[in-house]
Amino acid sequence: MIDQLQRIGRGALDRLAATGRSGQMLLQSLFVPPAPKEMLPLLIKQLHFVGVLSLVIILVSGLFIGMVLGLQGYTILVDYGSEQAVGQMVALSLVRELAPVVTALLFAGRAGSAVTAEIGLMKATEQLASYEMIGVDPMRRIIAPRLWAGFISLPILTMIFAVVGIWGGSLVAVDWLGIYSGSFWANMQASVDFSTDVLNGIVKSLVFGFVVIWISVFQGYDAIPTSEGISKATTRTVVYSSLAVLGLDFILTAMMFGEI
Amino acid sequence: MQMRTLEIGVGALILAGVISLVTLAINVSGLSLTDRAGGYTIYARFENIGGLTERAKVSLSGVQIGEVSAIRIDSRMLMADVEMRIFSEVDYLSIDSSAQILTAGLLGEKYIGITPGFEEETLKEGSRIEDTQSALVLEELIGKFLFNKVSE
Repeated sequence: MIDQLQRIGRGALDRLAATGRSGQMLLQSLFVPPAPKEMLPLLIKQLHFVGVLSLVIILVSGLFIGMVLGLQGYTILVDYGSEQAVGQMVALSLVRELAPVVTALLFAGRAGSAVTAEIGLMKATEQLASYEMIGVDPMRRIIAPRLWAGFISLPILTMIFAVVGIWGGSLVAVDWLGIYSGSFWANMQASVDFSTDVLNGIVKSLVFGFVVIWISVFQGYDAIPTSEGISKATTRTVVYSSLAVLGLDFILTAMMFGEI
Repeated sequence: MQMRTLEIGVGALILAGVISLVTLAINVSGLSLTDRAGGYTIYARFENIGGLTERAKVSLSGVQIGEVSAIRIDSRMLMADVEMRIFSEVDYLSIDSSAQILTAGLLGEKYIGITPGFEEETLKEGSRIEDTQSALVLEELIGKFLFNKVSE
């Protein structure tokens, strides 16, 4: 009984300590004196790894999700004789919800887990410690570029996802199912508002990008430096990021569209 | 050389992001680059606005000439007071124009249709349209129809 109580307490304290360490890592790596000359190449390398290499999965899933939305929307809306509203449905659901959330989930799986494994392995092979030994701050050289790269690239990927998805939806609805393209686009433009829909979607993706890359980098940085520890950390990255994205999505949606 | 390919890739990604943002802004949300924030405000009182919302279209002969900017209750007359923002290039609406709340399609969105009048004098900032016609509420219509059937 007492043992169980102790276990609960220790678990809670461990979580709390980890949260504190992650905040400390974030502050130490974000608020470093900027040195564009040496940091920019590192950032570009990470942007390529985190952003450009995630492009293929984002393009393919965006296209298919848009096509499925077009098809499903059509089969439902045609019963009510309002199949012109497919454009509106595809665009609103993509821009507001699906693009930020699905991109963040894919990003956590594709880029976040890789970042965790990389940093975890660096720690296990004592590369981080050797950087410190030769007087290079690992926060600055390893952690900060990855954080910034994730934070910058996720909103870009989200916008690309939304555009490709809407194009996929129009491909199915207009070219395949024969909805008049004028009403498809006019309905969409009449109902999608730039500031409430598009900008809020981008704000969502900024928040998700921050959270996902923070979790990924911290799990790698905080991993137990064994092969088992790294595998656990990678799993935790995907699980925690997905849960955080889905939970935050509800809160953000409630704040943006729920008028709470 | 290796760095060069990376930089080209990142540049392409950022370019794709910018193009996507512009596409979302112009093609999807229909954001118009010409500034239509200008224009003038007119008011109209309706007995029942029946589901009219802010940002609904205001149209003349089916062409959009403005949008609904605010809806309040006039506490003295107990009617809905609708504030409309009309594009500044539409400066020829005569003072005796009438406003109706119409529905696009059977179940579509509500919008305001303006029917022009004959006076020389035109609507200005802050003018009020006196001749209004309320929204057609389906339930009321069905109710009236049933009532007439019963009383026959």
